[in-house]
Amino acid sequence: METGMLHVGLSHYLTLSAILFTLGIFGIFLNRKNLIVILMSVELMLLSVNINLVAFSSFMHDLAGQVFTMLVLTVAAAEAAIGLAIVVVFYRNRRSIEVDDINQMKG
Amino acid sequence: MIVASLAFYLFAFIAVVSALNVIFQRNPVHSVLWLILTFFNAAGLFVLLGAEFLAMLLVVVYVGAVAVLFLFVVMMLDINITMIREGFMKYLPVGAFIGIVLLVELALVYGGWVMSPQAEALRLAPTPDITQIDNTEALGRIMYTQYVYVFQAAGLVLLVAMIGSIVLTLRRRPGVRKQNISTQVNRRKEDTVEVVKAPVGKGIA
Repeated sequence: METGMLHVGLSHYLTLSAILFTLGIFGIFLNRKNLIVILMSVELMLLSVNINLVAFSSFMHDLAGQVFTMLVLTVAAAEAAIGLAIVVVFYRNRRSIEVDDINQMKG
Repeated sequence: MIVASLAFYLFAFIAVVSALNVIFQRNPVHSVLWLILTFFNAAGLFVLLGAEFLAMLLVVVYVGAVAVLFLFVVMMLDINITMIREGFMKYLPVGAFIGIVLLVELALVYGGWVMSPQAEALRLAPTPDITQIDNTEALGRIMYTQYVYVFQAAGLVLLVAMIGSIVLTLRRRPGVRKQNISTQVNRRKEDTVEVVKAPVGKGIA
């Protein structure tokens, strides 16, 4: 197996996906004032999962990974729709989307 | 080969930079726009990997639907942008710590990982030869046969999400005048118009 800087292999894609996933986690912890940015960070994490699946699918010559990527896309779209609906309802009730304000359930 | 490698580095670099911008932008509208750029670059990576259909799906679904949904919601809510950065420095150490721990763990997993020799034999749906049948058609052939139940379940997930978000956000406001079409259509002349004989010179009392 060639291991030059210019030979892009599976590990390059896995590294990229790890970086994107970590950035997603980082975004969730940093943005405590805005629920929408947290939802965007979750989308970033799901995107990194998709990159992982497609990279494996491509390098292993197995199409099943791309089918599962499509399922992850579906779930991500559903999650965004429901999450934003909850944000809208929350904003209607509390006039704010700060994470610190979400304490009505006393969790 | 070298063009593909350079394209990978270009797409990967822009994807990481725009992902950083998604997190660190002050204005959520800018975050959404950077998120769109991230998705475009991920679509480019998918094309490099030979998954053309998924690349197009990513552009259509994410840029066309999800990102626009985010934009609508961001612009609908009146968010105080100056407040957003409060507490940023407070959570920076714990966020950085968890991020670094996660990255180290992922690096350890990737570092000690080797492909099993039997892995090739365990494939669920081997990719057909690209010269015979293209990516979209190959995906369609297994999607509607081998994975048809999974495909239907995905449709069900979308249906539930659609109904759920409508139920969550629909509200009936009392005291709002609305057009009631059936009442309008059911009105009869007898109910509303009264013919009165007015005597000359007296008018109607």
